[in-house]
Amino acid sequence: MTSEPYTPVIVGFLCNWCSYRAADLAGTARLTYAPTMRPIRVMCTARVEPQFVIKALREGADGVLIAGCHPGECHYVEGNIKALRRYTLLKQMLRQFGIEEERVQIVWAAASESKVLADAVDQMTLTLQALGPLRWRQTVLNGHGAEQAVRESADVRRAALAAQEVEGER
Amino acid sequence: MTNKETSPAGNGKPKLAIYWAASCGGCEIAILNIGDKILAVDEAFEIVFWPCAADFKYEDVRNYPDHSIDLCLFNGAIRSSENEEMAHLLRQKSKVLVAFGSCAQEGCIPGLSNLTSASDTFRAIYMDNPSIDNPAATLPQTVTTVPEGELHIPVFYNTVRSLDQVVPVEYVIPGCPPEPPQIWAVLEAIVTGAPLPAPGSTVIGASHLAVCHECPLEKHEKTIERFYRPYEITPEPGLCLLEQGLMCMGIATRGGCGALCPRVGMRCEGCYGLLDGVEDQGANMISAIASVVNVGKPGDDEAELERRIGVAMDSIVDPAGTFYRFNMAHSLLHRVKTGNNGDVQNRGSETA
Ligand code: SF4
Ligand code: SF4
Ligand code: SF4
Ligand code: FES
Repeated sequence: MTSEPYTPVIVGFLCNWCSYRAADLAGTARLTYAPTMRPIRVMCTARVEPQFVIKALREGADGVLIAGCHPGECHYVEGNIKALRRYTLLKQMLRQFGIEEERVQIVWAAASESKVLADAVDQMTLTLQALGPLRWRQTVLNGHGAEQAVRESADVRRAALAAQEVEGER
Repeated sequence: MTNKETSPAGNGKPKLAIYWAASCGGCEIAILNIGDKILAVDEAFEIVFWPCAADFKYEDVRNYPDHSIDLCLFNGAIRSSENEEMAHLLRQKSKVLVAFGSCAQEGCIPGLSNLTSASDTFRAIYMDNPSIDNPAATLPQTVTTVPEGELHIPVFYNTVRSLDQVVPVEYVIPGCPPEPPQIWAVLEAIVTGAPLPAPGSTVIGASHLAVCHECPLEKHEKTIERFYRPYEITPEPGLCLLEQGLMCMGIATRGGCGALCPRVGMRCEGCYGLLDGVEDQGANMISAIASVVNVGKPGDDEAELERRIGVAMDSIVDPAGTFYRFNMAHSLLHRVKTGNNGDVQNRGSETA
Protein backbone atom coordinates (compact mmCIF):
# COMPACT_ATOMS: atom_id res chain seq x y z
CA MET A 1 0.00 0.00 0.00
CA THR A 2 1.06 3.57 -0.47
CA SER A 3 2.54 5.05 2.65
CA GLU A 4 2.74 8.70 1.65
CA PRO A 5 2.13 10.68 4.84
CA TYR A 6 -1.41 11.94 4.93
CA THR A 7 -3.90 12.98 7.57
CA PRO A 8 -6.75 10.50 7.58
CA VAL A 9 -10.33 11.66 7.91
CA ILE A 10 -12.36 9.70 10.46
CA VAL A 11 -16.09 10.23 10.69
CA GLY A 12 -17.06 9.56 14.30
CA PHE A 13 -20.62 8.70 15.26
CA LEU A 14 -20.76 9.36 19.00
CA CYS A 15 -23.61 8.39 21.29
CA ASN A 16 -25.09 11.38 23.09
CA TRP A 17 -25.25 9.61 26.45
CA CYS A 18 -21.68 8.43 26.76
CA SER A 19 -19.05 8.78 24.04
CA TYR A 20 -20.04 12.30 23.04
CA ARG A 21 -19.63 13.26 26.70
CA ALA A 22 -16.35 11.38 26.76
CA ALA A 23 -15.19 13.53 23.85
CA ASP A 24 -16.36 16.62 25.71
CA LEU A 25 -14.47 15.54 28.79
CA ALA A 26 -11.35 14.89 26.72
CA GLY A 27 -11.57 18.55 25.74
CA THR A 28 -12.07 19.95 29.23
CA ALA A 29 -9.37 17.64 30.57
CA ARG A 30 -7.07 18.95 27.82
CA LEU A 31 -6.19 15.48 26.56
CA THR A 32 -4.05 15.60 23.44
CA TYR A 33 -5.06 13.23 20.64
CA ALA A 34 -5.03 13.13 16.87
CA PRO A 35 -7.25 15.83 15.32
CA THR A 36 -8.54 13.41 12.70
CA MET A 37 -12.10 12.74 13.86
CA ARG A 38 -15.15 14.68 12.71
CA PRO A 39 -17.61 13.96 15.51
CA ILE A 40 -21.30 13.56 14.76
CA ARG A 41 -23.63 13.28 17.73
CA VAL A 42 -26.33 10.61 17.56
CA MET A 43 -28.84 9.70 20.24
CA CYS A 44 -27.63 6.09 20.38
CA THR A 45 -25.31 3.85 18.33
CA ALA A 46 -28.49 2.17 17.12
CA ARG A 47 -29.18 5.37 15.16
CA VAL A 48 -26.13 4.69 12.99
CA GLU A 49 -27.59 3.08 9.92
CA PRO A 50 -25.18 1.06 7.76
CA GLN A 51 -26.10 3.48 5.00
CA PHE A 52 -24.47 6.33 6.98
CA VAL A 53 -21.23 4.41 7.26
CA ILE A 54 -21.19 3.46 3.59
CA LYS A 55 -21.98 7.01 2.58
CA ALA A 56 -19.17 8.41 4.71
CA LEU A 57 -16.69 6.00 3.07
CA ARG A 58 -17.98 6.82 -0.38
CA GLU A 59 -17.87 10.56 0.15
CA GLY A 60 -14.28 10.81 1.33
CA ALA A 61 -13.83 9.38 4.82
CA ASP A 62 -10.84 7.08 5.26
CA GLY A 63 -12.48 5.41 8.24
CA VAL A 64 -15.59 5.44 10.42
CA LEU A 65 -15.58 5.14 14.21
CA ILE A 66 -18.78 4.27 16.03
CA ALA A 67 -18.59 4.98 19.76
CA GLY A 68 -21.23 4.18 22.35
CA CYS A 69 -22.13 2.94 25.78
CA HIS A 70 -20.83 -0.37 27.07
CA PRO A 71 -23.16 -3.32 26.47
CA GLY A 72 -25.67 -3.35 29.30
CA GLU A 73 -25.45 0.43 29.75
CA CYS A 74 -27.28 1.65 26.65
CA HIS A 75 -29.83 4.34 27.46
CA TYR A 76 -32.28 2.43 25.24
CA VAL A 77 -31.40 -0.94 26.81
CA GLU A 78 -30.04 -2.81 23.79
CA GLY A 79 -29.49 -0.23 21.07
CA ASN A 80 -25.78 -0.85 21.16
CA ILE A 81 -26.26 -4.59 20.78
CA LYS A 82 -28.25 -3.96 17.65
CA ALA A 83 -25.44 -1.63 16.55
CA LEU A 84 -22.89 -4.38 17.14
CA ARG A 85 -24.91 -6.82 15.03
CA ARG A 86 -25.15 -4.32 12.17
CA TYR A 87 -21.51 -3.45 12.41
CA THR A 88 -20.40 -7.11 12.43
CA LEU A 89 -22.36 -7.91 9.28
CA LEU A 90 -21.47 -4.62 7.59
CA LYS A 91 -17.77 -5.32 8.06
CA GLN A 92 -18.11 -8.76 6.52
CA MET A 93 -19.76 -7.20 3.53
CA LEU A 94 -17.34 -4.28 3.18
CA ARG A 95 -14.49 -6.77 3.01
CA GLN A 96 -16.00 -8.09 -0.20
CA PHE A 97 -15.81 -4.58 -1.64
CA GLY A 98 -12.08 -4.45 -0.91
CA ILE A 99 -12.51 -2.17 2.11
CA GLU A 100 -10.14 -3.21 4.89
CA GLU A 101 -11.79 -4.25 8.17
CA GLU A 102 -9.87 -1.66 10.17
CA ARG A 103 -11.57 1.17 8.34
CA VAL A 104 -14.75 0.69 10.34
CA GLN A 105 -14.40 0.30 14.10
CA ILE A 106 -16.62 0.28 17.11
CA VAL A 107 -15.57 1.29 20.62
CA TRP A 108 -17.41 1.39 23.94
CA ALA A 109 -16.52 4.55 25.87
CA ALA A 110 -18.56 5.64 28.90
CA ALA A 111 -18.97 9.34 29.72
CA SER A 112 -16.01 9.16 32.08
CA GLU A 113 -13.75 7.26 29.66
CA SER A 114 -12.30 10.17 27.72
CA LYS A 115 -8.95 8.40 27.60
CA VAL A 116 -10.49 5.29 26.01
CA LEU A 117 -12.02 7.39 23.26
CA ALA A 118 -8.86 9.47 22.69
CA ASP A 119 -6.76 6.31 22.50
CA ALA A 120 -9.17 4.74 20.04
CA VAL A 121 -8.87 7.80 17.77
CA ASP A 122 -5.08 7.78 18.05
CA GLN A 123 -4.88 4.07 17.31
CA MET A 124 -7.25 4.27 14.39
CA THR A 125 -5.33 7.22 12.95
CA LEU A 126 -2.11 5.19 12.97
CA THR A 127 -3.86 2.23 11.38
CA LEU A 128 -5.38 4.38 8.64
CA GLN A 129 -2.04 6.03 8.00
CA ALA A 130 -0.54 2.60 7.43
CA LEU A 131 -3.40 1.58 5.15
CA GLY A 132 -3.24 4.74 3.05
CA PRO A 133 -6.13 6.90 1.90
CA LEU A 134 -9.38 5.35 0.69
CA ARG A 135 -10.52 8.04 -1.80
CA TRP A 136 -13.46 5.96 -3.01
CA ARG A 137 -14.80 8.62 -5.33
CA GLN A 138 -11.52 9.25 -7.11
CA THR A 139 -10.23 5.69 -7.28
CA VAL A 140 -13.30 3.51 -7.58
CA LEU A 141 -16.20 5.62 -8.82
CA ASN A 142 -14.08 7.48 -11.30
CA GLY A 143 -15.20 6.41 -14.76
CA HIS A 144 -16.39 3.02 -15.90
CA GLY A 145 -12.95 1.75 -16.73
CA ALA A 146 -13.18 1.42 -20.50
CA GLU A 147 -9.50 2.08 -21.08
CA GLN A 148 -8.54 0.10 -18.05
CA ALA A 149 -10.53 -2.88 -19.28
CA VAL A 150 -8.86 -2.82 -22.70
CA ARG A 151 -5.41 -2.47 -21.16
CA GLU A 152 -6.04 -5.22 -18.68
CA SER A 153 -7.41 -7.71 -21.16
CA ALA A 154 -4.15 -7.29 -23.08
CA ASP A 155 -2.31 -7.93 -19.79
CA VAL A 156 -4.30 -11.11 -19.16
CA ARG A 157 -3.35 -12.38 -22.60
CA ARG A 158 0.33 -11.56 -22.16
CA ALA A 159 0.38 -13.20 -18.74
CA ALA A 160 -1.30 -16.34 -20.07
CA LEU A 161 1.14 -16.63 -22.96
CA ALA A 162 4.12 -16.05 -20.67
CA ALA A 163 2.83 -18.73 -18.29
CA GLN A 164 2.58 -21.16 -21.21
CA GLU A 165 6.16 -20.46 -22.26
CA VAL A 166 7.38 -21.24 -18.77
CA GLU A 167 5.31 -24.40 -18.83
CA GLY A 168 6.75 -25.32 -22.24
CA GLU A 169 10.37 -24.86 -21.13
CA ARG A 170 9.96 -27.23 -18.23
CA MET B 1 -32.32 17.09 -40.36
CA THR B 2 -35.56 15.21 -41.03
CA ASN B 3 -35.20 12.59 -43.66
CA LYS B 4 -38.63 11.74 -45.07
CA GLU B 5 -37.49 8.41 -46.45
CA THR B 6 -36.20 7.01 -43.20
CA SER B 7 -38.18 8.79 -40.51
CA PRO B 8 -40.91 6.70 -38.89
CA ALA B 9 -43.98 6.56 -41.08
CA GLY B 10 -46.48 9.20 -40.18
CA ASN B 11 -49.69 7.28 -39.49
CA GLY B 12 -50.53 9.37 -36.44
CA LYS B 13 -49.99 6.61 -33.89
CA PRO B 14 -47.52 7.19 -31.06
CA LYS B 15 -44.20 5.55 -31.81
CA LEU B 16 -42.80 2.79 -29.64
CA ALA B 17 -39.23 1.47 -29.44
CA ILE B 18 -38.05 -1.51 -27.39
CA TYR B 19 -34.36 -2.17 -26.96
CA TRP B 20 -32.11 -4.60 -25.12
CA ALA B 21 -28.62 -3.74 -23.93
CA ALA B 22 -26.79 -6.08 -21.48
CA SER B 23 -29.85 -8.23 -20.84
CA CYS B 24 -30.91 -11.86 -20.76
CA GLY B 25 -33.96 -11.53 -23.00
CA GLY B 26 -36.34 -12.19 -20.12
CA CYS B 27 -37.67 -8.66 -20.22
CA GLU B 28 -38.61 -9.12 -23.87
CA ILE B 29 -40.44 -12.33 -22.98
CA ALA B 30 -42.21 -10.51 -20.16
CA ILE B 31 -43.55 -8.00 -22.68
CA LEU B 32 -44.85 -10.83 -24.86
CA ASN B 33 -46.33 -12.41 -21.73
CA ILE B 34 -48.96 -9.70 -21.58
CA GLY B 35 -50.64 -12.21 -23.91
CA ASP B 36 -53.18 -11.12 -26.47
CA LYS B 37 -52.94 -7.58 -25.14
CA ILE B 38 -49.85 -7.35 -27.30
CA LEU B 39 -52.32 -6.90 -30.17
CA ALA B 40 -53.71 -3.85 -28.41
CA VAL B 41 -50.15 -2.54 -28.11
CA ASP B 42 -49.64 -3.07 -31.83
CA GLU B 43 -52.92 -1.33 -32.52
CA ALA B 44 -52.17 1.66 -30.31
CA PHE B 45 -48.51 2.14 -31.19
CA GLU B 46 -46.43 2.12 -34.27
CA ILE B 47 -43.39 -0.01 -33.50
CA VAL B 48 -40.37 1.78 -34.91
CA PHE B 49 -37.54 -0.24 -33.34
CA TRP B 50 -37.53 -3.64 -31.64
CA PRO B 51 -34.45 -5.66 -32.60
CA CYS B 52 -35.63 -8.75 -30.73
CA ALA B 53 -38.89 -9.00 -32.66
CA ALA B 54 -38.56 -7.11 -35.93
CA ASP B 55 -35.84 -6.28 -38.40
CA PHE B 56 -34.69 -2.76 -37.65
CA LYS B 57 -31.13 -1.51 -37.95
CA TYR B 58 -29.31 0.95 -35.74
CA GLU B 59 -28.96 3.06 -38.85
CA ASP B 60 -32.77 3.41 -39.03
CA VAL B 61 -32.81 4.89 -35.54
CA ARG B 62 -29.94 7.25 -36.35
CA ASN B 63 -32.01 8.61 -39.21
CA TYR B 64 -35.14 9.25 -37.14
CA PRO B 65 -35.65 12.88 -36.11
CA ASP B 66 -34.78 13.72 -32.52
CA HIS B 67 -37.59 13.11 -30.01
CA SER B 68 -39.64 11.33 -32.64
CA ILE B 69 -40.03 8.14 -30.60
CA ASP B 70 -42.85 8.72 -28.12
CA LEU B 71 -42.00 5.84 -25.78
CA CYS B 72 -38.84 3.77 -25.52
CA LEU B 73 -38.72 0.76 -23.21
CA PHE B 74 -35.03 0.10 -22.62
CA ASN B 75 -34.07 -3.15 -20.90
CA GLY B 76 -30.57 -4.31 -20.06
CA ALA B 77 -27.63 -2.76 -18.26
CA ILE B 78 -24.75 -0.75 -19.69
CA ARG B 79 -21.85 -3.16 -19.94
CA SER B 80 -20.17 -2.27 -23.24
CA SER B 81 -19.50 0.73 -25.45
CA GLU B 82 -22.30 -0.48 -27.74
CA ASN B 83 -24.80 -0.42 -24.86
CA GLU B 84 -23.66 3.07 -23.97
CA GLU B 85 -23.87 4.34 -27.52
CA MET B 86 -27.42 2.99 -27.87
CA ALA B 87 -28.44 4.56 -24.56
CA HIS B 88 -27.34 7.97 -25.84
CA LEU B 89 -28.92 7.44 -29.25
CA LEU B 90 -32.27 6.32 -27.86
CA ARG B 91 -32.24 9.14 -25.32
CA GLN B 92 -31.75 11.61 -28.15
CA LYS B 93 -34.52 10.11 -30.26
CA SER B 94 -37.10 9.48 -27.51
CA LYS B 95 -39.56 11.71 -25.73
CA VAL B 96 -40.06 9.28 -22.86
CA LEU B 97 -37.28 6.85 -22.00
CA VAL B 98 -38.12 4.09 -19.53
CA ALA B 99 -35.57 1.97 -17.67
CA PHE B 100 -37.45 -1.30 -18.10
CA GLY B 101 -36.59 -4.08 -15.69
CA SER B 102 -33.93 -4.52 -13.05
CA CYS B 103 -30.93 -4.57 -15.43
CA ALA B 104 -31.74 -1.11 -16.78
CA GLN B 105 -32.89 0.16 -13.40
CA GLU B 106 -30.06 -1.04 -11.17
CA GLY B 107 -27.65 -3.35 -13.00
CA CYS B 108 -29.27 -6.59 -11.87
CA ILE B 109 -27.37 -9.87 -12.45
CA PRO B 110 -24.91 -8.33 -14.97
CA GLY B 111 -24.14 -5.74 -12.27
CA LEU B 112 -22.87 -8.49 -9.98
CA SER B 113 -19.72 -8.49 -12.07
CA ASN B 114 -18.92 -5.18 -10.36
CA LEU B 115 -17.75 -7.55 -7.62
CA THR B 116 -14.86 -8.43 -9.90
CA SER B 117 -13.01 -6.82 -12.79
CA ALA B 118 -13.24 -7.10 -16.57
CA SER B 119 -9.88 -8.85 -16.73
CA ASP B 120 -10.90 -11.40 -14.08
CA THR B 121 -14.10 -11.97 -16.01
CA PHE B 122 -12.16 -12.61 -19.21
CA ARG B 123 -9.79 -14.88 -17.35
CA ALA B 124 -12.70 -16.89 -15.97
CA ILE B 125 -14.49 -17.18 -19.30
CA TYR B 126 -11.67 -17.58 -21.81
CA MET B 127 -8.80 -19.10 -19.81
CA ASP B 128 -9.71 -20.86 -16.59
CA ASN B 129 -12.99 -22.26 -17.81
CA PRO B 130 -12.76 -26.09 -17.58
CA SER B 131 -14.58 -26.52 -20.88
CA ILE B 132 -12.22 -24.24 -22.78
CA ASP B 133 -8.89 -24.97 -24.42
CA ASN B 134 -7.32 -21.70 -25.47
CA PRO B 135 -3.60 -22.29 -26.12
CA ALA B 136 -3.21 -19.08 -28.11
CA ALA B 137 -4.77 -17.12 -25.22
CA THR B 138 -7.25 -15.58 -27.60
CA LEU B 139 -9.31 -12.86 -25.96
CA PRO B 140 -11.82 -10.45 -27.43
CA GLN B 141 -9.88 -7.54 -28.89
CA THR B 142 -11.56 -4.28 -29.69
CA VAL B 143 -9.54 -3.93 -32.89
CA THR B 144 -8.40 -6.83 -35.04
CA THR B 145 -6.55 -6.53 -38.31
CA VAL B 146 -7.54 -8.95 -41.05
CA PRO B 147 -6.45 -8.97 -44.71
CA GLU B 148 -9.61 -7.03 -45.60
CA GLY B 149 -8.94 -4.29 -43.07
CA GLU B 150 -9.67 -3.52 -39.43
CA LEU B 151 -12.49 -5.09 -37.48
CA HIS B 152 -13.94 -3.35 -34.44
CA ILE B 153 -16.02 -4.82 -31.66
CA PRO B 154 -17.45 -2.93 -28.67
CA VAL B 155 -15.33 -2.33 -25.59
CA PHE B 156 -16.21 -4.51 -22.61
CA TYR B 157 -16.20 -2.09 -19.68
CA ASN B 158 -14.72 -2.77 -16.29
CA THR B 159 -17.88 -1.58 -14.56
CA VAL B 160 -21.56 -2.23 -15.25
CA ARG B 161 -23.86 0.77 -14.96
CA SER B 162 -27.59 1.24 -14.87
CA LEU B 163 -29.29 3.17 -17.66
CA ASP B 164 -29.84 6.27 -15.51
CA GLN B 165 -26.15 6.35 -14.63
CA VAL B 166 -25.54 7.06 -18.32
CA VAL B 167 -28.51 9.16 -19.48
CA PRO B 168 -31.49 10.65 -17.64
CA VAL B 169 -34.67 8.56 -17.77
CA GLU B 170 -38.26 9.64 -17.20
CA TYR B 171 -39.53 6.42 -15.61
CA VAL B 172 -38.40 3.14 -14.13
CA ILE B 173 -40.39 -0.08 -14.28
CA PRO B 174 -38.78 -2.43 -11.75
CA GLY B 175 -38.56 -6.21 -11.70
CA CYS B 176 -36.50 -9.08 -13.05
CA PRO B 177 -38.46 -9.13 -15.17
CA PRO B 178 -41.36 -6.75 -14.57
CA GLU B 179 -44.58 -8.67 -14.04
CA PRO B 180 -46.78 -8.72 -17.18
CA PRO B 181 -49.90 -7.31 -15.43
CA GLN B 182 -47.78 -4.39 -14.23
CA ILE B 183 -46.39 -3.87 -17.75
CA TRP B 184 -49.87 -3.86 -19.18
CA ALA B 185 -51.12 -1.46 -16.51
CA VAL B 186 -48.42 1.03 -17.51
CA LEU B 187 -48.95 0.62 -21.26
CA GLU B 188 -52.71 0.89 -20.84
CA ALA B 189 -52.32 4.10 -18.87
CA ILE B 190 -50.14 5.51 -21.64
CA VAL B 191 -52.48 4.34 -24.40
CA THR B 192 -55.54 5.84 -22.72
CA GLY B 193 -53.69 9.04 -21.93
CA ALA B 194 -54.09 8.63 -18.17
CA PRO B 195 -51.88 11.09 -16.28
CA LEU B 196 -48.47 9.72 -15.32
CA PRO B 197 -46.58 10.85 -12.24
CA ALA B 198 -43.96 13.58 -12.63
CA PRO B 199 -40.95 12.26 -14.57
CA GLY B 200 -37.41 11.92 -13.19
CA SER B 201 -36.37 8.29 -12.65
CA THR B 202 -39.88 7.85 -11.22
CA VAL B 203 -40.89 4.29 -10.36
CA ILE B 204 -44.10 3.17 -12.05
CA GLY B 205 -45.71 -0.26 -12.34
CA ALA B 206 -44.89 -1.24 -8.76
CA SER B 207 -45.98 -0.73 -5.18
CA HIS B 208 -44.70 1.78 -2.64
CA LEU B 209 -44.72 -0.82 0.11
CA ALA B 210 -42.40 -3.73 0.77
CA VAL B 211 -42.87 -7.26 -0.59
CA CYS B 212 -43.73 -8.36 2.99
CA HIS B 213 -46.87 -6.27 2.69
CA GLU B 214 -48.07 -8.44 -0.21
CA CYS B 215 -46.85 -11.68 1.31
CA PRO B 216 -49.56 -13.95 2.68
CA LEU B 217 -47.20 -15.95 4.91
CA GLU B 218 -47.91 -15.74 8.62
CA LYS B 219 -45.60 -13.36 10.47
CA HIS B 220 -44.59 -13.33 14.12
CA GLU B 221 -41.94 -11.52 16.03
CA LYS B 222 -38.72 -12.59 14.39
CA THR B 223 -36.01 -14.10 16.55
CA ILE B 224 -33.39 -15.83 14.45
CA GLU B 225 -30.27 -17.48 15.80
CA ARG B 226 -28.64 -18.21 12.48
CA PHE B 227 -29.37 -18.31 8.74
CA TYR B 228 -29.75 -21.27 6.43
CA ARG B 229 -29.21 -21.68 2.72
CA PRO B 230 -32.31 -22.90 0.88
CA TYR B 231 -30.99 -26.47 0.52
CA GLU B 232 -30.29 -26.80 4.23
CA ILE B 233 -33.86 -26.72 5.51
CA THR B 234 -37.37 -27.39 4.29
CA PRO B 235 -39.41 -24.41 5.37
CA GLU B 236 -42.60 -24.92 7.28
CA PRO B 237 -45.42 -24.02 4.86
CA GLY B 238 -47.46 -20.91 5.60
CA LEU B 239 -44.84 -19.31 7.84
CA CYS B 240 -42.65 -16.30 7.08
CA LEU B 241 -39.40 -17.58 5.58
CA LEU B 242 -37.20 -15.01 7.27
CA GLU B 243 -38.44 -16.19 10.67
CA GLN B 244 -37.27 -19.64 9.71
CA GLY B 245 -33.77 -18.39 8.96
CA LEU B 246 -33.99 -18.11 5.17
CA MET B 247 -32.53 -14.84 3.89
CA CYS B 248 -35.77 -13.42 2.51
CA MET B 249 -35.18 -9.94 1.09
CA GLY B 250 -38.88 -9.07 1.06
CA ILE B 251 -38.35 -6.85 4.05
CA ALA B 252 -35.99 -4.54 2.09
CA THR B 253 -37.58 -4.88 -1.36
CA ARG B 254 -40.28 -2.93 -3.15
CA GLY B 255 -43.49 -4.80 -3.72
CA GLY B 256 -45.38 -4.99 -6.97
CA CYS B 257 -44.85 -8.61 -7.91
CA GLY B 258 -47.46 -9.86 -5.45
CA ALA B 259 -44.78 -11.63 -3.39
CA LEU B 260 -44.47 -14.29 -6.08
CA CYS B 261 -41.47 -16.07 -4.59
CA PRO B 262 -42.39 -16.41 -0.88
CA ARG B 263 -45.84 -17.57 -1.98
CA VAL B 264 -44.21 -20.70 -3.37
CA GLY B 265 -41.71 -21.14 -0.55
CA MET B 266 -38.76 -19.39 -2.19
CA ARG B 267 -37.12 -16.48 -0.43
CA CYS B 268 -37.50 -13.09 -2.13
CA GLU B 269 -34.16 -12.25 -3.74
CA GLY B 270 -34.93 -8.55 -4.04
CA CYS B 271 -35.60 -8.10 -7.76
CA TYR B 272 -38.05 -5.20 -7.43
CA GLY B 273 -35.24 -3.11 -6.02
CA LEU B 274 -35.00 -0.76 -3.11
CA LEU B 275 -37.81 0.92 -1.25
CA ASP B 276 -38.76 4.60 -1.46
CA GLY B 277 -36.51 6.76 0.70
CA VAL B 278 -33.73 4.15 0.80
CA GLU B 279 -30.45 4.85 -0.98
CA ASP B 280 -28.82 1.48 -0.62
CA GLN B 281 -30.67 -1.83 -0.62
CA GLY B 282 -27.83 -3.81 0.96
CA ALA B 283 -27.40 -1.35 3.83
CA ASN B 284 -31.15 -1.43 4.35
CA MET B 285 -31.09 -5.22 4.52
CA ILE B 286 -28.23 -5.21 7.05
CA SER B 287 -30.30 -2.89 9.26
CA ALA B 288 -33.28 -5.17 8.99
CA ILE B 289 -31.26 -8.28 9.78
CA ALA B 290 -29.74 -6.72 12.89
CA SER B 291 -33.25 -6.32 14.21
CA VAL B 292 -34.34 -9.90 13.60
CA VAL B 293 -31.22 -11.74 14.73
CA ASN B 294 -31.80 -12.44 18.37
CA VAL B 295 -28.27 -13.09 19.53
CA GLY B 296 -26.67 -11.21 22.43
CA LYS B 297 -28.22 -9.77 25.58
CA PRO B 298 -27.33 -6.57 27.43
CA GLY B 299 -25.86 -8.54 30.36
CA ASP B 300 -23.43 -10.61 28.25
CA ASP B 301 -19.70 -10.39 28.67
CA GLU B 302 -18.31 -8.08 25.93
CA ALA B 303 -15.99 -10.61 24.31
CA GLU B 304 -18.61 -13.35 24.44
CA LEU B 305 -21.14 -10.99 22.91
CA GLU B 306 -18.86 -10.26 19.98
CA ARG B 307 -18.16 -13.93 19.50
CA ARG B 308 -21.80 -14.99 19.47
CA ILE B 309 -22.84 -12.23 17.09
CA GLY B 310 -19.88 -13.10 14.85
CA VAL B 311 -21.01 -16.73 14.69
CA ALA B 312 -24.59 -15.75 13.80
CA MET B 313 -23.46 -13.39 11.04
CA ASP B 314 -20.95 -15.93 9.70
CA SER B 315 -23.90 -18.10 8.73
CA ILE B 316 -24.66 -15.54 6.01
CA VAL B 317 -22.81 -16.68 2.93
CA ASP B 318 -21.77 -13.99 0.43
CA PRO B 319 -23.52 -10.95 1.96
CA ALA B 320 -22.60 -8.58 -0.90
CA GLY B 321 -23.83 -10.98 -3.58
CA THR B 322 -27.00 -11.66 -1.60
CA PHE B 323 -27.99 -8.17 -0.51
CA TYR B 324 -27.07 -6.59 -3.84
CA ARG B 325 -28.15 -9.48 -6.06
CA PHE B 326 -30.01 -6.95 -8.20
CA ASN B 327 -28.84 -3.59 -6.95
CA MET B 328 -25.05 -3.74 -7.16
CA ALA B 329 -24.57 -1.17 -9.92
CA HIS B 330 -26.89 1.22 -8.12
CA SER B 331 -25.42 0.65 -4.68
CA LEU B 332 -23.62 3.53 -3.01
CA LEU B 333 -20.26 1.80 -3.34
CA HIS B 334 -21.05 0.79 -6.96
CA ARG B 335 -18.22 -1.70 -7.39
CA VAL B 336 -15.29 -3.32 -5.59
CA LYS B 337 -11.92 -1.74 -5.32
CA THR B 338 -9.36 -3.25 -7.68
CA GLY B 339 -5.59 -2.91 -7.63
CA ASN B 340 -3.55 -1.48 -10.49
CA ASN B 341 -3.36 -4.87 -12.12
CA GLY B 342 -7.12 -5.26 -12.04
CA ASP B 343 -7.03 -7.92 -9.36
CA VAL B 344 -9.66 -7.55 -6.73
CA GLN B 345 -8.05 -6.71 -3.43
CA ASN B 346 -9.12 -8.35 -0.22
CA ARG B 347 -11.32 -10.84 -1.92
CA GLY B 348 -12.51 -11.35 1.58
CA SER B 349 -13.29 -14.39 3.60
CA GLU B 350 -14.34 -17.77 2.32
CA THR B 351 -17.75 -16.21 1.94
CA ALA B 352 -16.65 -14.10 -1.01
S1 SF4 C 1 -34.13 -7.53 -15.65
FE1 SF4 C 1 -34.03 -9.75 -15.41
S2 SF4 C 1 -35.38 -10.52 -17.04
FE2 SF4 C 1 -34.87 -8.38 -17.56
S3 SF4 C 1 -33.07 -8.53 -18.89
FE3 SF4 C 1 -32.34 -8.24 -16.78
S4 SF4 C 1 -31.93 -10.32 -16.05
FE4 SF4 C 1 -33.26 -10.50 -17.84
S1 SF4 D 1 -41.50 -14.52 3.86
FE1 SF4 D 1 -40.26 -12.79 3.19
S2 SF4 D 1 -41.71 -11.47 2.12
FE2 SF4 D 1 -42.93 -12.88 3.37
S3 SF4 D 1 -43.25 -11.79 5.29
FE3 SF4 D 1 -41.42 -13.06 5.57
S4 SF4 D 1 -39.72 -11.69 5.05
FE4 SF4 D 1 -41.57 -10.75 4.24
S1 SF4 E 1 -40.74 -11.93 -4.42
FE1 SF4 E 1 -38.87 -10.71 -4.58
S2 SF4 E 1 -37.52 -11.83 -5.99
FE2 SF4 E 1 -39.61 -12.67 -6.20
S3 SF4 E 1 -40.51 -11.53 -7.92
FE3 SF4 E 1 -41.05 -10.44 -6.04
S4 SF4 E 1 -39.47 -8.88 -5.72
FE4 SF4 E 1 -38.70 -10.37 -7.22
S1 FES F 1 -27.54 5.14 24.33
FE1 FES F 1 -25.36 5.02 24.12
S2 FES F 1 -25.25 3.32 22.76
FE2 FES F 1 -27.41 3.37 23.09
